[in-house]
Amino acid sequence: MTTKSIGEPIARVEDARLVTGQGRYADDLMPGALEMAVLRSPHAHARIVDIDLEAVLDLPGVHAVYTYDDLTGPMAEPLPLLIPHPTLTHGRTQYALAKDEVNYVGEAIAVVVADDRYIAEDAVGRILVSYEFLPPVVGIDKARAAEHLVHDDVPGNVAARMEQGFGDAAGAIAKAPHKLVLDIEVERSAATPMEGRGTVARWDRDLGRMSVWSSTQTSTGVRAAIASKLGLDLGQVDLVTPDVGGGFGVKIVHPWPEELLVPFAARALGRPVKFIEDRREHFISSAHERGQQQHIEVGFDEDGRVLGVDFRFWHDHGAYTPYGLIVPIITSTQFLGPYKIPNYHVVFESLYTNTVIVTPYRGAGRPQAVYAMERMLDAIAAHLGIDRTLVRERNFIQPDEFPYAHGEMSFQDGRPLVYDSGNYPELMAKAKALVGWEDFERFRDEARAEGRKVGIGIACYVEGTGVGPYEGGHVTIETSGKVKVSTGLTTQGQGHQTAFAQIVADELGARFEDVEVVTGDTRRSPYSVGTFASRAAVMSGSAIALAARKAKEKALRLAAQALEVDESDLEINDGVVSVKGAPGTSIDLGTLAVLSNPLRYAFDEASKAATQFVVGDPGKPPVPEGEEPGLEGKDFYSPMRSTFASGIHAVIVETDPDTAEIEILKYAVVHDCGTLINPRIVEGQIHGGVAQGVGGALYERMEYDESGQLLNASFMDFLIPYVTEIPKKIDIDHQVTPSPLNPLGIKGAGEAGVIPTAAAFASAIEDAEGITITSMPISPSQLFDLRLQAAADGTTNQEGTN
Amino acid sequence: MKPAPFGYRRPGSLAEALTAYADASDAKIGAGGQSLIPLLSMRLASVAELIDINGIEELSRITVSEDGVRFGATVRHSDLLAHEQVAAVQPMIPAALHHVAHATIRNRGTTVGSIVHADASGEMPTVFALLDGRLTVQSVRGTRELAAPELFIGPLETSLAADEIATEVFLPALAPRHGVAFDEIARRHGDYALVGVGAVVGLDADGAIASVRAGYVSVSEVPTVVDLGEPLVGHRGEITDDALRAAGELALSHLEPEADIHATAHYRAQLVRVLTGRVVRAAYDDAVARSNRSEGTPSNARS
Ligand SMILES: Cc1cc2nc3c(=O)[nH]c(=O)nc-3n(C[C@H](O)[C@H](O)[C@H](O)COP(=O)(O)OP(=O)(O)OC[C@H]3O[C@@H](n4cnc5c(N)ncnc54)[C@H](O)[C@@H]3O)c2cc1C
Repeated sequence: MTTKSIGEPIARVEDARLVTGQGRYADDLMPGALEMAVLRSPHAHARIVDIDLEAVLDLPGVHAVYTYDDLTGPMAEPLPLLIPHPTLTHGRTQYALAKDEVNYVGEAIAVVVADDRYIAEDAVGRILVSYEFLPPVVGIDKARAAEHLVHDDVPGNVAARMEQGFGDAAGAIAKAPHKLVLDIEVERSAATPMEGRGTVARWDRDLGRMSVWSSTQTSTGVRAAIASKLGLDLGQVDLVTPDVGGGFGVKIVHPWPEELLVPFAARALGRPVKFIEDRREHFISSAHERGQQQHIEVGFDEDGRVLGVDFRFWHDHGAYTPYGLIVPIITSTQFLGPYKIPNYHVVFESLYTNTVIVTPYRGAGRPQAVYAMERMLDAIAAHLGIDRTLVRERNFIQPDEFPYAHGEMSFQDGRPLVYDSGNYPELMAKAKALVGWEDFERFRDEARAEGRKVGIGIACYVEGTGVGPYEGGHVTIETSGKVKVSTGLTTQGQGHQTAFAQIVADELGARFEDVEVVTGDTRRSPYSVGTFASRAAVMSGSAIALAARKAKEKALRLAAQALEVDESDLEINDGVVSVKGAPGTSIDLGTLAVLSNPLRYAFDEASKAATQFVVGDPGKPPVPEGEEPGLEGKDFYSPMRSTFASGIHAVIVETDPDTAEIEILKYAVVHDCGTLINPRIVEGQIHGGVAQGVGGALYERMEYDESGQLLNASFMDFLIPYVTEIPKKIDIDHQVTPSPLNPLGIKGAGEAGVIPTAAAFASAIEDAEGITITSMPISPSQLFDLRLQAAADGTTNQEGTN
Repeated sequence: MKPAPFGYRRPGSLAEALTAYADASDAKIGAGGQSLIPLLSMRLASVAELIDINGIEELSRITVSEDGVRFGATVRHSDLLAHEQVAAVQPMIPAALHHVAHATIRNRGTTVGSIVHADASGEMPTVFALLDGRLTVQSVRGTRELAAPELFIGPLETSLAADEIATEVFLPALAPRHGVAFDEIARRHGDYALVGVGAVVGLDADGAIASVRAGYVSVSEVPTVVDLGEPLVGHRGEITDDALRAAGELALSHLEPEADIHATAHYRAQLVRVLTGRVVRAAYDDAVARSNRSEGTPSNARS
């Protein structure tokens, strides 16, 4: 093999197109399509008494108005409950358009289809709805108190109560020499991708086909939902993902009401229809995440070794549960992190509130889990007066203990929670070196002498990535020598074109430049799951590698015949198959593609070379037995279980003694995602993740008032960090413990950057201030209040228990 | 987020604009559109007609003289910020403009529009008040000049009549032996300030503080200027922390910090104290430096 492509920091091939405005997003498609606007509930909890459409019907430019009454058959049923976990005893989903009751501000009640979005919004403004108000349940406290119910038939607002564990946590805690109890919480946030949701549909009456483009993280999921809801055969629906301007989890939820209503309207009206979500709509009708209250009881010994943990938490999942219990299940399992916890008991309640639904956002329950565990370990370190890193090291699973099973716990996919590989002590050594942990006290003393307050924080995580069930890859070598690759999962900015092409280049021996990758198009890849849970590289990367290997086998077989040599004497480099040691004897992949497909008709020069008069052994059929025409390879990858990536973040902050502003002085990331396909892409993922983590630690919260109005539903008031708010530099070090579970040894890297960030900041701010941090995110105003409170209570600890 | 239908006109002269504005009912002037267009798009406001003044050549001028800076109604924040003579004559203008939003918004938004939008969270309404600026407004009925106290009558409310167009603003030059400073704290770089403070400090012939005035952003209903002379006048050399603390408390007695989703009222009050101290000290240093530069006398500033 000549140059190896995997492992090289190749610049992303998709960027030139995207940064020069050549991207094609949902809103760029089908200009002239009719546009849809949605009437959304202005009330958090109300019964719909009447909907008066009178003023809309004669508005010029309006083509249709739909309410629940216009929906029939499966469209009139509630939206699917995608992941019906057995413990989700009281799962509820909304209707595509509200039936009788609305349960959050933003819930869709009616849609208007008009010549353009302006007219559609004018029309929406004219619809008169009368409501009977019901008491809104907002926030975890209100949900737990259950004085009022979100859904009449869900007692206590509890959708699910799930309990897991191993060993005897209560017994271990009772007997432990030291005990601590923590009550902490994490606020709501949201994915807020740059592009909101968007769907375009065209019904072809002649062909009986529905073509849909949707800004989604799952082409096959949306396709199946549309077919089932609209009563179409799966084969009648094509779902293509155009360029997608970010997803971060929110677009894995499907079908969104609009993803059904757009094709529904397109078929009814016989015209292409488009829905493009605006920013305010995104805030009040797309999903949120993160909000949890946590209660931890832990028993430990003199050295800080954890003997038993009882972890209880209350998860705010909003008004409905279309995505099941994935987020809280992940919190409850990934809490264990890189640590050996001998006795563990976890129980959570997933609670209804009259707010936007909560579904996975990058990290998906892990930021909360890591926050809980790492707050607990910091508390243990403070209690015993020992170094925070030491407490962690003493609890680490050791390198020789893999595969490591956490008791009888099962993970989000229902499979046993077994870590495949890792080396946590080495990660810690790297992290301490990278951030300068040992030198920090000297730095603190110097800063203190200048009247400055600084603090250092650290947080570790383990992330289950690459969950099943499967993904596929299809590698086709064309007669031009170009290699076309298709995989069904979608792309929303990760650089799949580049990373997957690297895999194919290496596995097949093709030139990187000749490989072209298509993702998320059901016409090319009808069998697929989707892009979430840091699974694309693991799942599709593996499937594509396997498919490329099959294509290579066939290429070698054909070349062996053509060159009349043994397959084992051949190698493929830069798209040319040649005899090892005799590069003159060769044939290129394009020619092999020609030979692989014996033709009756010659329509160009290349095909002339492949007519049955030219190719093949006259003594055999044109397509030999056991072969298929074409030079391609197709395969699927379906893992036994998830692969577990890991990492450590460390941060140094400075807090202003007067204004309580929090400045980031240093941010260090050490992480292990197994084999790195492209370090540059991995580092980009980390940068983006840390940026979102900074948002979740210091800026972003969903400011609901008591009546369920979201007060900050815009980027003016929902504070996504700008480039000026994130660290100028992120120091990164890689560790590679390949996964034994897949052909390339890959672990996921997409979400990791965001996972330990809030925990690391809490640790650093606590260290700078000597005030216990129990709630994240934290703003300067809140930190200032904590200082006043601590001064009043006299509870400020001595800082510097490193 | 699409505005309701509205009429649109783009007059080529001020006279045409004044007549159109007088004749229209429920019309609004559109300048940089950075405040108005979002309000229309979110349907928080609506207009029957939008009169776009960007085609009026005579409103785009900046004139700088020894007396001060005069700028028309279509002059962008970024035009003023980039203008060297403006900075030389009245350094408060660029000092404050640096904190107005982001470059892209400063490239469109007008300073006159910002002043007549009269947002007490905007930097330039406060600067206008602090510097004793004068606003020229015209209508078919005539021309008048307004100073801050007559202009700002309530939150986002001015005394402009329904047919009056603001045509230009005059901000006086910085007087000799005076110095300025502006600082603010926002949640994110370029956001509206949680609290912003601009100060002008004047020295007497001996280099002692003769006057201190400070303007406040985001802590009152209308742009508010406080005379901080009382605890500070007469100081020379290092201003004591006590004097600055007293100035902060004095300022607070004229302000009404309120809570919102970003900060509590008492955090804002704390920022008033801290920023008053920082900004007054910086303005004093600036005054000393300027006096020394113009008089060539040895420095008596804090080292
Ligand atoms: C994201 C964002 C952040 C921002 N951050 C800040 C900030 O930190 N600080 C800050 O000060 N501002 C900020 N702004 C506002 C910006 O400074 C605007 O430029 C300014 O508020 C208004 O100027 P404009 O020319 O855009 O006015 P327009 O939006 O065109 O008009 C604003 C109002 O003034 C009226 N008006 C305008 N010109 C005239 C005139 N000549 N005669 C009569 N009436 C007139 C209009 O009718 C309208 O009611 C921000 C804006 C955005 C979008």
